[in-house]
Amino acid sequence: MKQKITGRAVTAAAIGVVGALTLAGCGGAGGSSSGGGNEEVNVLMVNNPQMQDLQKLTADHFTNDTGITVNYTVLPENEVRAKIGQEFSAQAGNYDVASMSNYEVPTYAENGWLTSMNDGVVDAEGFNQDDILEPMAESMTYQDQIYGEPFYGEGSFLMYRKDIFEKAGVTMPDNPTWDEVADLAEEVDGAEKGTKGICLRGLPGWGEMFAPLTTVVNTFGGTWFDENWDAQVDSKEFKEATNFYVDLIKDHGESGAPQAGYTECLTNLQQGNVAMWYDSTAATGTLEADDSPVKGKIGYVAAPVKETKSSSWLYTWAWGIQAAGKNQDAAKQFVAWASSQDYEETVAEELGWQHVPAGKRASTYENPEYQKAAAPFYKQTEEAIESADPKNPGVQPRPTLGVQFVTIPEFASLATGISEDISSAIAGRTTVDKALEQGQKEAEKVGDKYKE
Amino acid sequence: MSTPDTTESAGAADPARADSAAATDSAVAANPGGTGPGDADRSRQKASAQRRPGQRRIGKVLLGLLAWLTGLLFVSPLLWMLLTSLHAETDASTNPPSFFAPLTLESYSNFFGGSSGASPWPYLINSAVAAIVSTLIVLALSTMAAYSLAIRRIKRWSDVLFFLLSTKMLPMVAGLLPVYLVAQMFGILDTWLLLIIIYSAMNMPIAVWMMRSFLAEVPIEVLEAAELDGARLPRVFMKILLPLTAPGLAATALICFIFSWNELLFANVLTSTAAATAPVFLTSFVTSQGLFLSQVCAASLIISVPVLVAGIAAQDKLVQGLSMGAVK
Repeated sequence: MKQKITGRAVTAAAIGVVGALTLAGCGGAGGSSSGGGNEEVNVLMVNNPQMQDLQKLTADHFTNDTGITVNYTVLPENEVRAKIGQEFSAQAGNYDVASMSNYEVPTYAENGWLTSMNDGVVDAEGFNQDDILEPMAESMTYQDQIYGEPFYGEGSFLMYRKDIFEKAGVTMPDNPTWDEVADLAEEVDGAEKGTKGICLRGLPGWGEMFAPLTTVVNTFGGTWFDENWDAQVDSKEFKEATNFYVDLIKDHGESGAPQAGYTECLTNLQQGNVAMWYDSTAATGTLEADDSPVKGKIGYVAAPVKETKSSSWLYTWAWGIQAAGKNQDAAKQFVAWASSQDYEETVAEELGWQHVPAGKRASTYENPEYQKAAAPFYKQTEEAIESADPKNPGVQPRPTLGVQFVTIPEFASLATGISEDISSAIAGRTTVDKALEQGQKEAEKVGDKYKE
Repeated sequence: MSTPDTTESAGAADPARADSAAATDSAVAANPGGTGPGDADRSRQKASAQRRPGQRRIGKVLLGLLAWLTGLLFVSPLLWMLLTSLHAETDASTNPPSFFAPLTLESYSNFFGGSSGASPWPYLINSAVAAIVSTLIVLALSTMAAYSLAIRRIKRWSDVLFFLLSTKMLPMVAGLLPVYLVAQMFGILDTWLLLIIIYSAMNMPIAVWMMRSFLAEVPIEVLEAAELDGARLPRVFMKILLPLTAPGLAATALICFIFSWNELLFANVLTSTAAATAPVFLTSFVTSQGLFLSQVCAASLIISVPVLVAGIAAQDKLVQGLSMGAVK
């Protein structure tokens, strides 16, 4: 009798496990199991505030109208890059749409990993491709086909505390040069207790320190590669620019500079630890938010220059559609909605104009309501983005696209490696010249791959 | 005079007990022979008995104080997380920290979809399924494997044990790409099935080692007696081995559950929209543009709750498992 019971218990347990496994074959609790015949799109995207807004508005303003369910996966920037790289290079087809930057789009397009937007998005009703800011569209075009549609875009400019400048009795020119900025940094350094002159990213990373630093190199007349793919990292101009950048941080920069990236600098400016900050135009969203302690106290001027007329970078989070994705039509409908002017208006209505994913369409900046809501910075932002030239950002012809980066897959690890040494130089453990001479060797190896 | 002493030491024992869950595994692994803690205790008692009572009392108070301090030290990161999770984002990110900022539950409501509308439940369900099913499978298989390595020993059993151990020497990340490609070929990327297979395989060696040391403690005479009475293997398992090693089973199950519940690397790479687990969801709170400390703290705390509950539920068994010599 007892023997039977144990036998039955074992059988039951076995059935339970097998049953669970069979069930497991169906997939998971998220996403596709709830599909039920409806169309759907799987979207992989970076976790930035604009994307969180998009997530919030999707059910009411997209799924309701089209019947397409959108399943989002959001990850922080580094993780999302790794995952997108893996997903797209394997053409795994788990995701239909991914958020990527103008650094990835041309390379991915060249590898055949993306679906062209020309058929289905560009010609979608009411999309109006001509409204997209020219440098944006240009930076995501490959062989006359558009492979990425911007969700929002940014340039770079100089932000400064108007009240501190007034107190110190100095004025900021509208189009400052880097030499002027260095002088101003010296004057406002310590103008208030605990306030340093300027914040510049010192955190290693091609997308951290080398975003602002490469624009400085550009305007000082340097470049990563000349048009024949000869590396120029140890050139006089590159060294001069980098030394200038590092010395400025050392003399009048934020404390803890070797670990300060975008987020840290944003906090520094918000909490009054620095008087100036040269960084992304996207910072305005946080700086001018209602709960920001520095709301209305910040002035915005164009990116500082030296040899060139303008020096803003060009960056966008854009949508790319995976060629192996299973829901191509639904994916195109999603992109045509998320990058549209209509979506911007939806955001304005539901969340307010300061939430609008701006920086991609000329019409945004012509809208009087946006002009009013973004009065302190909308003009400078538009000028920054419009002035960026992804084909010709410096004083010499370039071998490929890119302002604050070089659009080749090797650039990320090349620049990140060199930035680690420069970060050490900021901390005083090595010198800029040594770091760049070492970097030159690495850059030559990369350049040689492209010489043919 | 002796009354304050007892309360002091009883109080001091508590935080140490809370940490014992974490220590179980290492203690068992370090001490498979079963000798040790008992002997050390006895000699300590002998030594202290020779000292005078006053000295002994001060020593005990100091020891109690030390235990409290150590306990606080270990709990402080958790308390700090709790405090941060109850602050608003802007208060959570100030330097120096603002201890007395007003408390709010905003981060917790964000976790449950307040800001983005993303529900955490699918992720928690995925985690629960992957962790529980894989733990059951591991327990079933590892107990049987341990039986053949501890009681009815197969030939070259120690080689088998070392083979199992050697599979843990390959860094997990080295197996990531092959696993991804194979899973893609079989079309099981982003499914429960894949996670369960991976987690079962990942925990199997540890579970076999643990269960072997627990089964080795069971006196062979008990089994022989049962067999003489006519009990066959399934019955011996159900009626004798499993009850006798229940604390060991609990400890093994908890370890497996915690490892699978917390696993991030594989889950992050192998899942996308359908089978993503709670730790993957946790990373989605981190952003490079904006503040997230408070949200991440709140999310981490909520996601740790099941592990804590499991640990507390199995606490008694775990303590028994720690001093497994009791079976003798």
